[in-house]
Amino acid sequence: MLSQGFVSAASIAASVLFILSLGGLSNQEKAKRAVWYGIVGMAIAVGFTAFASGIGGYGWMIPMIIIGAAIGVYVAKKVEMTEMPQLVAALHSFVGLAAVFVGLNADLERRRVMAAQLAGEAGESFSAFAALVATKTPAELTFLQVEVVLGVFIGAVTFTGSVIAFGKLAGKIDGKPRQLPGGHLLNAGAALLALLLAILYVNGAGIWTVLLLALLALFIGYHLIMGIGGADMPVVVSMLNSYSGWAAAAIGFTLSNDLLIVTGALVGSSGAILSYIMCKAMNRNFVSVILGGFGGTTGPAAEIEGEQVAIDAGGVASALNDADSVIIVPGYGMAVAQAQNSVSELVRKLRAADKEVRFGIHPVAGRLPGHMNVLLAEAKVPYDIVLEMDEINADFASTDVVIVIGSNDIVNPAAEEDPNSPIAGMPVLKVWEAKQVFVSKRGQGTGYSGIENPLFFKDNTRMFYGDAKNSVDALLPLLD
Amino acid sequence: MKIGAPKESTSGEARVALTPDSALQIHKLGHECYLEAGAGSAAGFSDAAYREAGVTVVDGAEALWQAVDTVIKVREPNETEAGYLRNGQTLIAFFWPAQNEAMLERCKAAGATVIAMDMVPRISRAQKMDALSSTANIVGYRAVIEAGNQFGRFFTGQVTAAGKVPPAKVLVIGAGVAGLAAIGTATSLGAVVRAFDVRPEVAEQIESMGAEFLFLDFDDGNDGSESGGYAAPSSPEFREKQLALFREQAPEIDIVITTALIPGKPAPKLWLEDMVAAMKPGSVVVDLAAERGGNCDLTVPDQRIVSDNGVIVAGFTDFPSRMATQASLLYANNVRHMLTDLTPEKDGQLVHDMEDDVIRGATVTHRGEITFPPPPPKVKAIAAAKPKPKEKEPTREEKRAAELAAFKQQSKRQVTMLAVGGAVMLLLGQVAPASFMQHFIVFVLACFIGFQVIWNVSHALHTPLMAVTNAISGIIVLGAVLQIGSGSGLVALLAGISVLIATINIVGGFLVTHRMLAMFQKS
Repeated sequence: MLSQGFVSAASIAASVLFILSLGGLSNQEKAKRAVWYGIVGMAIAVGFTAFASGIGGYGWMIPMIIIGAAIGVYVAKKVEMTEMPQLVAALHSFVGLAAVFVGLNADLERRRVMAAQLAGEAGESFSAFAALVATKTPAELTFLQVEVVLGVFIGAVTFTGSVIAFGKLAGKIDGKPRQLPGGHLLNAGAALLALLLAILYVNGAGIWTVLLLALLALFIGYHLIMGIGGADMPVVVSMLNSYSGWAAAAIGFTLSNDLLIVTGALVGSSGAILSYIMCKAMNRNFVSVILGGFGGTTGPAAEIEGEQVAIDAGGVASALNDADSVIIVPGYGMAVAQAQNSVSELVRKLRAADKEVRFGIHPVAGRLPGHMNVLLAEAKVPYDIVLEMDEINADFASTDVVIVIGSNDIVNPAAEEDPNSPIAGMPVLKVWEAKQVFVSKRGQGTGYSGIENPLFFKDNTRMFYGDAKNSVDALLPLLD
Repeated sequence: MKIGAPKESTSGEARVALTPDSALQIHKLGHECYLEAGAGSAAGFSDAAYREAGVTVVDGAEALWQAVDTVIKVREPNETEAGYLRNGQTLIAFFWPAQNEAMLERCKAAGATVIAMDMVPRISRAQKMDALSSTANIVGYRAVIEAGNQFGRFFTGQVTAAGKVPPAKVLVIGAGVAGLAAIGTATSLGAVVRAFDVRPEVAEQIESMGAEFLFLDFDDGNDGSESGGYAAPSSPEFREKQLALFREQAPEIDIVITTALIPGKPAPKLWLEDMVAAMKPGSVVVDLAAERGGNCDLTVPDQRIVSDNGVIVAGFTDFPSRMATQASLLYANNVRHMLTDLTPEKDGQLVHDMEDDVIRGATVTHRGEITFPPPPPKVKAIAAAKPKPKEKEPTREEKRAAELAAFKQQSKRQVTMLAVGGAVMLLLGQVAPASFMQHFIVFVLACFIGFQVIWNVSHALHTPLMAVTNAISGIIVLGAVLQIGSGSGLVALLAGISVLIATINIVGGFLVTHRMLAMFQKS
């Protein structure tokens, strides 16, 4: 068994490795090393904690770890890159559930130890966590209760929230915002009730208070995420990521484990910043995203004149053959149609013909932050031609052809031109400044935000209807 | 009204102001057409063709001048012709009133109305009667053809079995209509063409014709295009720079075509003697401004000169006559359009509307008065570019003040936040046990590190970042590990499940991240 000194040293090492791991993601090459820091950090943390003195229960723990690892490997190998958002959401739910269980356990143990102490069996030797609880003063035990409440509450919200987010991203649940009658009042009521239960619990009420509180939190998580539309999912996923971190930190307090606290805080703040970046990219207020739906328009949207003019593959191909510079703006539609490999082939052909081909990626393209980058990387598109909005927005005016593949709101000129538009003020890719714009789109429908896109009606825009993959495949043989 | 075209009296002039085609159109305006016998023969139109078009052919110039109310001509009248002019008669021709003041006086004295085709203002509406442009187009084309005639080599570069031929280098000075036509012709023959103009805004037109614009780095602030499509006389400094540019080009250039004219003034001297001397033997200078004094020092109007170093300087002034058929067709059409404007009712009555910008501008004598020079047209050729509102550059003091204000605001916000945060900590410290506060310090510091670290993560890596943080948040497994050996069955069960799912999270998260990152490749 390892001494406490070893465990503490291991905790410090693991914390540093986790920080390096996150910091290493600042560029693609360093990132490959950064993952290994994370893996090693995790191995050290788990190994040293498990084999510290007075842990026990290995007969039960080790099989669980092995089974869990096996499932993890299987899932990670099987998942398609387009399913990445769902997977991340699903994994978040595990953290949430684990936090709930650990929180409940902490309370069970607290009760057991206190009962034993009350019965005068002070001399009885407790093992593992129970031993730690036994050393606590009454004041510390009260704080432990507060921490349990926090851990359970955040964990439960994360759990159901992630499950719903998973459902929405996987298309198993309708992506539209949907709420029970009463809307946010229901959430507020549930939260208030939970607070009441928490006060009761801290003042000595039975374990039923915690259980009920967990149920309420589960409901809040479910109802909150149900009320948020599919377009806001990047924010939701990073928000849930943040929650899972805070839950871990709260549990860390409960267990007096600094490593848990540090790691939880790292994850929590990372998720919070990601949410903030996403919100900023959509020019949305974080609160209004959480409260769901697009709100706050001040007048009727501007009427759109003109018509959508369709074009066939031949027309697009001849324009591409004539063009010197091409920018491709992918969106969720490309992911849905699994078109990234066809797009990559298109890029390869165009680049072979000495044309300048670049990608313009909006920060919220897709359903997960950085979603498009991952898909394009999977299709072997070199990452140095994949540029983000700020890098490429000034170049559209000097570009011959822009191909918009399955994105809508992120190229909507109404955001700039129509102050009444629900997305007014949201930074968008100014594709309409290019000489010609082709929009590959399944049909005439609106985007996730449900608003009309004047881009499709512009004179220099041609609609290239059809499934993104089929459309791009049809283009390929027509290029020189 | 009777309209007639005499035979041109100037020697070498082959054009005619009336063609059978234009006569038919003029008939439709209600006019009768007359022609001096043989007037069209030099341009390839026989008297018979005119008769067929309903034109009355009259023998002798005097008879024609007597017979008609309006005389249409190409060149300005000579002394004899001026003698024929009578009171109330209208003359339409190139007149060059600025250079022909004596003739202007005579016409005024005769009481005739003179419409100078060269004075048609250059506005959009008048383009159809802009005979200068249509003539210039012909001149520009012909200048290249004549240059080719004098030049001993191909225009286009070729690599043949008999050896390599470099392309001819052509410099066109002045990108007016003639200059642009010359550029177009020379490029289509395969020459390498460079062009210069005092108006930098024509660079685009020059480049559109396939030539390279020789840019002169000079900012004199005024816009050459405002004065009706003609370049304004340049300042002395500008001229010096311009000449320096030409001097630099001279040794390389095989063919120079100069087209620089300033309205109402002699042509500017732009291709000086030393530049001719710098050119290679066999090079050609075609001076399209020869009639007005020439752009080249060596130019002698109507002659082909060979300089001491074997450079041919062609000062031909009769380019339009060298293409008389084409030139007559276009000029006759310009005149016909002028007559259309003068006959608004199409009833054969000329209405001389002095309120009309185009008619007023072109009329140089009217009712016994000289009406030259005309007032500036009411419609400007090109809408003057609006002066760009200069963005006010903040002064140093203003910048500093703004920075200071921003800094103060930031400090204020941070101090407030720190104060509030400190107060909260203080309160917490009152109730919380010491061990909690120790953990709390760790927590707060970790949050700060998290914020600092994540800001640097590149946007493209946000998905891997989420996968990594997700995997790391599986650290919750530690909690379960700590509890699993702790106590009763239920606790062990819950802890066991937690271990299981947290492990899925850890392993799955890391592996997926690894998979994703491995895909990022540099091109």
